Amino acid sequence: MSGLIIDNISMRFDLPGGAAVQALKNVSLHLKQGELLSVLGPSGCGKTTLLNILAGFLAPTEGQIVLGGKRVTGPSPERGMVFQQGALFEWMNVRQNIDFGPRMKGMAKPERDRITDHLLETVGLHDFGEKAVYELSGGMQQRVALARCLANDPDVILMDEPLGALDALTREKMQGLVLKLWKETGKTVVLITHSVEEALLLGERLLVMAPRPGRIFREYKLPFAERGVHTDLREVKKSDGFSETREEILSMIWGMEEEIMGKKDSAA
Amino acid sequence: MMVLVFYVTIFVVSMLVWGRIKRHRNRHDFTSLKTVTFGDESAIQPDRVASVISVLSVFLIWGAFTGSSIVPLHVPGPFSGEAGFTYTARAPDGAEAEAEVRITVHAAGETAVEPQVPQGSGFAQGDSAVVQEWRSVLLRPVENDGEGAVVVAVNGQPIAIDDRVNVTGGTVTLTPRGSLNFQAAKGMQMEPIWLPAPEAVVARFVEIATNGYQNTSLWGHLGASLARVMAGFVLGSIVGIPLGYAMGLSGWFRGWFDPIVEFMRPVPPLALIPLVIIWFGIWETGKVVLLFLAALWIMTIAARSGVSGVKLSKIHAAYSLGASKAQILRHVIIPNSLPDIFTGARVAMGVCWGTVVAAELVAAQKGAGMMIIAASKFQLTDIVVMGIILIGIIGYGIDILMRMAEKKLVPWKGRG
Repeated sequence: MSGLIIDNISMRFDLPGGAAVQALKNVSLHLKQGELLSVLGPSGCGKTTLLNILAGFLAPTEGQIVLGGKRVTGPSPERGMVFQQGALFEWMNVRQNIDFGPRMKGMAKPERDRITDHLLETVGLHDFGEKAVYELSGGMQQRVALARCLANDPDVILMDEPLGALDALTREKMQGLVLKLWKETGKTVVLITHSVEEALLLGERLLVMAPRPGRIFREYKLPFAERGVHTDLREVKKSDGFSETREEILSMIWGMEEEIMGKKDSAA
Repeated sequence: MMVLVFYVTIFVVSMLVWGRIKRHRNRHDFTSLKTVTFGDESAIQPDRVASVISVLSVFLIWGAFTGSSIVPLHVPGPFSGEAGFTYTARAPDGAEAEAEVRITVHAAGETAVEPQVPQGSGFAQGDSAVVQEWRSVLLRPVENDGEGAVVVAVNGQPIAIDDRVNVTGGTVTLTPRGSLNFQAAKGMQMEPIWLPAPEAVVARFVEIATNGYQNTSLWGHLGASLARVMAGFVLGSIVGIPLGYAMGLSGWFRGWFDPIVEFMRPVPPLALIPLVIIWFGIWETGKVVLLFLAALWIMTIAARSGVSGVKLSKIHAAYSLGASKAQILRHVIIPNSLPDIFTGARVAMGVCWGTVVAAELVAAQKGAGMMIIAASKFQLTDIVVMGIILIGIIGYGIDILMRMAEKKLVPWKGRG
């Protein structure tokens, strides 16, 4: 059985004061191979926790993650991660960053070089292989991060706000690149974002999560990612249903935020 | 006091003059267009002219107050030449007579002929003496003036016990025993025994560089100190860095060693000298152990903070790229901690250098510190000053080398 199964995950832990936090409650989802999922929600809704559980950095208190029929118990190269920023190894140049995974596996140099050359080409950095990563702009660094993740040929790519620190123009370009890579490689992608627009553009499926306890609030199936593969992203944003869905989700999240504030006020 | 006034004057005058000159020179860089520079750290560039004048003025003042030949201006020096005064003696019967005292004041190292004894009037007999610059001489002019004669006036001024009278070339004080103490005028310069002139220090440097000091060449002394520093630093790093890594990676190690490290860190290495001497003796072992202890805690803490400073996302990224624990240590944690370790190494080298000099002051057969403490015992101030300057230069040189190595080896520092 292929695909990524999130099987009734709950996560609860004690705080030093004695109180307990229910970070996630009964989250279930089935992602088919090659699906693109974006996750959205107000801060504190457990979306990063969910991603860390998927990556294997955290263990859920209940439920399990199953990938390709195997239960996830820890981090593994079949689930690649792309982080917001600063996760590149600045003591290595671009090329060494990209072939880190294959190198750790002990792959022979010629084959590694072939993969790296191909990926440099794919992410549009063919002239930058020998550059130090700190010499690159933020957008270029995220291209390297994407390439580094792809070099390992993972089954699933997990992205934790990969474009969050980029300026608006670079961000839009990178969104196009993410869509292109998703379509070309056919990987399953889970992307966490703060931006509703990005979630709409980069999600065949979109989860809106709600806080206290962290849970799936609403799920959408959206046509925009598929459209974005063939058309300009700005055209997609103008297309049917885009702004309506965006408004709907925004007011949903605003509602949640207000509820949190209200709870805090009454507590105080 | 005088020195401070001089120094502040040079500071203010050169600042004003250079400010004037600078205003007339056209600068067109970005900073020159800034209207707000007070508080804008990036607009504050060290004025290299100020640095040059600063160094020059140190030598200028040093030279001016030591009568150096390399400096054109001097503050008044000590009196040298013929000094003298007249005194009035009173015999027990009340008769008074005057006589003259002549004193030759000569520079140190020279010999002078005693001046001719002048003829006195009445029963008083003239006297003469020879004295070195800066020194005083005790005169008993009434000794040859007959039984019971006492001095009642100097240069015509009545003088009582402990009174001081200014005379040509110095001052005269009447002591309680009735003799006269002549103090040659000191001027405002420093005696070489307090502070030798710059050229004397240079001459001493050349002499010691060619002939050595106390059976060891200058390079032998400095090399001995440097070798101790290197031995202590290397040993401290070999133990400290792995210990720091262990403390950064394991809760048990951190819990176990935290109290020890936190307790030992604030103990200045100098405070350990007595114990180290008791345990390890005063020779090389003791010194290397002391420097080892000085470097150990610094390197431990540097390595620990280097490990703690690694971004979790880097570790997570490495794990999800399939790296093993050993690979993460080798390829992520160690390179990531290098900038911190370099910073620690710079601090440790500085502390070790300071500590080795201090340790050599206590006991050593050779070394930079031994050189200055041995010289000070013979009041060879020029060697002391030379030693201090060399110690400063080497300490500064070590830091510059470490910084260069840092730039070369960890170019990614601060750019993560």
